Amino acid sequence: MLKILKYSFYDLMRSRWSYIYFLFYLLLGTVLLFLNNDLSKAIITLMNVIIILVPLIGTIFGVMYYYNSKEFTELLLAQPLKRNSIFLGQYLGLSLSLTMSLVLGIGIPFILYGIFKSDSIWNFSLLLITGAFLTFIFTALAFNISLSNENKIKGFGYAVLLWLFLAIIYDGIFLMSLILFEDYPLDKLSLFGTMLNPIDLSRTLILLKLDISALLGYTGAVFKKFFGTSFGLIVSLFMLFVWILIPTLRIIVKSKKKDF
Amino acid sequence: MVVIENLHKTFQKNKVLTGVDLTIDKGGIFAILGPNGSGKTTLIKSILGMVIPTQGSIQIMGKNIKNNWLYRKKIDYLPQIANFPNNLRVKELFKMIKDIRGNTNTDQELIELFKLSPFLNKKLGNLSGGTKQKVNIVLTFMFNSPILILDEPTTGLDPISLIRLKELIRKEKTKGKTILITSHIMSFVEEISDEIVFLLEGKIYFRGNITQLKTQTEQPNFEHAIASILKNTYA
Repeated sequence: MLKILKYSFYDLMRSRWSYIYFLFYLLLGTVLLFLNNDLSKAIITLMNVIIILVPLIGTIFGVMYYYNSKEFTELLLAQPLKRNSIFLGQYLGLSLSLTMSLVLGIGIPFILYGIFKSDSIWNFSLLLITGAFLTFIFTALAFNISLSNENKIKGFGYAVLLWLFLAIIYDGIFLMSLILFEDYPLDKLSLFGTMLNPIDLSRTLILLKLDISALLGYTGAVFKKFFGTSFGLIVSLFMLFVWILIPTLRIIVKSKKKDF
Repeated sequence: MVVIENLHKTFQKNKVLTGVDLTIDKGGIFAILGPNGSGKTTLIKSILGMVIPTQGSIQIMGKNIKNNWLYRKKIDYLPQIANFPNNLRVKELFKMIKDIRGNTNTDQELIELFKLSPFLNKKLGNLSGGTKQKVNIVLTFMFNSPILILDEPTTGLDPISLIRLKELIRKEKTKGKTILITSHIMSFVEEISDEIVFLLEGKIYFRGNITQLKTQTEQPNFEHAIASILKNTYA
């Protein structure tokens, strides 16, 4: 698996897109920090961008990478390699290179700004950790979609729909149901609803840490009341981990049964 | 070396293989023939574990291949269409496959034989179809495995390379290897193969050498013998 990971990673490191993705974050981070001069505001803005953009890039790159490296995968399948190691290697290679672009792109301007001397260091690290989690989650979901769809166009379609659903539509439905059923106790429901969407979960996680009650919203407030800040952090990190684990397990199961 | 028992494969509703039994217990060159869509590639891919059979079993060197992957060390496979990652250089591809399968020095000889040295630093995406096929052949022959599977090895090759390929295949045969070949070029098959396995509608229709095939179909010429089988079944 490590060999496949290595080659996927090198292959991606040479691709133009990794650099574009890296430069985008570098620019965003620099502009936000040096024009704004307020660290916690910059972190909140970055959070809003990361929470929407990272899942989008993760799904699109995941689907694109899978379909583009199909021939290569077939070449590897005829070699004495386990199927698991081929697909997990490619998955990890892609996720790691995307995470690296994110961490370096945002990390460099923050280090230059002097994040190590500031007390926002933990908020900032949490932001990067969440970004990494989201990358791994959505790349895994993208691999699931492309493993289940031979047709490239269909695969792309489902991937974009998935992102649209989790990033935008889900919140809408969620909010509507909260308004519709406002006469009933909704604490448990809203807790559950947050856990089922990794994007909401990440947002809650960061806002809990930043401790900005105004931005927490209803679910965030329930989350905080129910779990308290530190326990809430642990629960949401755990849930994000589950969100990586389940799609990854499905990659293993699905790839074992697939014909090439 | 290769034992296939009652192999079935169905893709959705399309029954491709419907009970293939094939035992190959000695070295030699075996040509797998059949019309388009008769399941040649599916059979080969099942042996390689790329296609998972619906029913039946395959044994390679006495071991069932189900949930096994180490057996692929004993097989060299030449895929039908040579598709490689486009932004990789030829040299890097060789290095990578050697890294995965273990080191060998045969590649230098083969690069020399097929005159590939001017292409070593080129990207695979920029190579012509014939050159890609040569790269493909080098990748396949550089490991000395006891089983060789060649799916349409002659595609895109110029006459000189074709002659070299034939020599190469014969040389491998003298080492006692089992070589499976599919091809639609009958003169090539006739020239090189020891035994014919004819697939028709997902089953083995005929197995034997070329003389047997000629007498069975009462045709003096190999190409016509194959054609007569097809005519009889299409009629």
